[in-house]
Amino acid sequence: MMSNKRRWTRRGWPAALGAAAVGGTLLLAACSSGGASASASITPGGGQHLAGFGGTSATPTVLPTAMPSGTSMSGMPSSAAAPTAAPVAADAVAIHNFAFGPQVVSVKVGTTVHWTNQDSEAHTVTSDTGAFNSPTLQPGAGYSFTFTKPGTYSYHCTIHPFMTAKVVVS
Amino acid sequence: MTGEDSEHGMTRRQLMRHTAWFGAAVALTVTGSEVISHVAGDGSPAAAAAVAAGPGALRFVQISDSHLGFTGPANLDVTATFGAAINQVNALGYEPDFVMHSGDITHLTLASEFGQAKEMMADIATPRVFTVPGEHDTINDGGKLYRKFFGAGTLGNGWFSFDIKGVHIISLVNTTSVDALGVLGADQLDFVRRDVAGLSAETPIVVFSHIPLYAMYPKWGWGTSDAVTLLGILRRFGSVTALNGHVHQVFAKTEGNVTFYSAAPTCYPLPQPGQAPAPLPVTVPAGELSSALGIRTVSFQAGSTNLALTDERLT
Repeated sequence: MMSNKRRWTRRGWPAALGAAAVGGTLLLAACSSGGASASASITPGGGQHLAGFGGTSATPTVLPTAMPSGTSMSGMPSSAAAPTAAPVAADAVAIHNFAFGPQVVSVKVGTTVHWTNQDSEAHTVTSDTGAFNSPTLQPGAGYSFTFTKPGTYSYHCTIHPFMTAKVVVS
Repeated sequence: MTGEDSEHGMTRRQLMRHTAWFGAAVALTVTGSEVISHVAGDGSPAAAAAVAAGPGALRFVQISDSHLGFTGPANLDVTATFGAAINQVNALGYEPDFVMHSGDITHLTLASEFGQAKEMMADIATPRVFTVPGEHDTINDGGKLYRKFFGAGTLGNGWFSFDIKGVHIISLVNTTSVDALGVLGADQLDFVRRDVAGLSAETPIVVFSHIPLYAMYPKWGWGTSDAVTLLGILRRFGSVTALNGHVHQVFAKTEGNVTFYSAAPTCYPLPQPGQAPAPLPVTVPAGELSSALGIRTVSFQAGSTNLALTDERLT
């Protein structure tokens, strides 16, 4: 049962290391009483096909039931926390320590706002309403957007959605 | 960045505290309820239970937060540590009935990262591998690419359920919405209502999600805004176990009939809640990363009321 497994290795990581180390634990020491289990029957929930995919011991027989119900996904509530910082007149926003700073900037119509990712992690600059959306910004990367209409634009990082901020355009 | 006092690094003393947190959380034992959990190791009742459980027992594995594609000092080779986790699953001495990856499979939602992850997980010795998307798997596309690789058989944004050996498993998506916290959404909550409608209250329920379904630390987004509705739907069940990733550390919490367990990652640890300016990857001293990573084994013996969890450090 186990013979067809491939060992994942890396440079400088002996292939035997994992097994040798685990061998010292109770789990493998007691494996003679465990052995490989028989494949259990997995029954998809009502109206579903079986999700997931096969591991090395997968059998071709799965148990699909009825057609999927086709549940669609829409209308997720949007309730991002409103930043409470006072607006700062600026057209440059730094992304640092998982935060946009200044958290609220105020600009005139026609201003181009520049964001720079100063973190060691990737981030995005994504409007809550779809008005603008940066690609994934790697460390050091920047993004610009020109605001042509007045209003308050809330935005966030899709990778770290607790990072929220606003651009106030007047 | 590399010094012991660096902002995102971890001193040996901090690591000791981190390890103590890790151990203390895992060792939490819920007596009089449905879940027992212990750190793996010699004499661990949970580990012994998992191995000794007979063929009728449900035994599965949770792995989490592999972040394939990440590059940084916190983990110079996330592929290697994910591979080590897979090797550790394959060396358990028994074959788990299924393996669940609870999200942040990739770091940047790239096809190359998804492809590599799927190839690696197809080598796990188990009949079935399931996944949950994390927010790193759904960057800027609402989970479209994730579902291309892992969405077969799922509903909506990737949720699904199944029954196995008397246990009902529900896998939920709370990373594709715009909110400071995770969000399940009305459609998914309706799915759960319909999904559990025909189940008896004695049916053990296991719920997977990426972001915690409890308010672990909302300031960092470590919670789900509409989880209370979900927990209301599940309130009539005697045993509900909620398993998540996202926070890159083992943690346990019980609220009424529900016990929540956050899993260790296979990539790098994050700070304890509030113990850093932001949840940035923590760089541990060289050679000690594996002590902050791990896999989780879970077993359930039919006819028993105990669901046993074992969080095993990566070796």
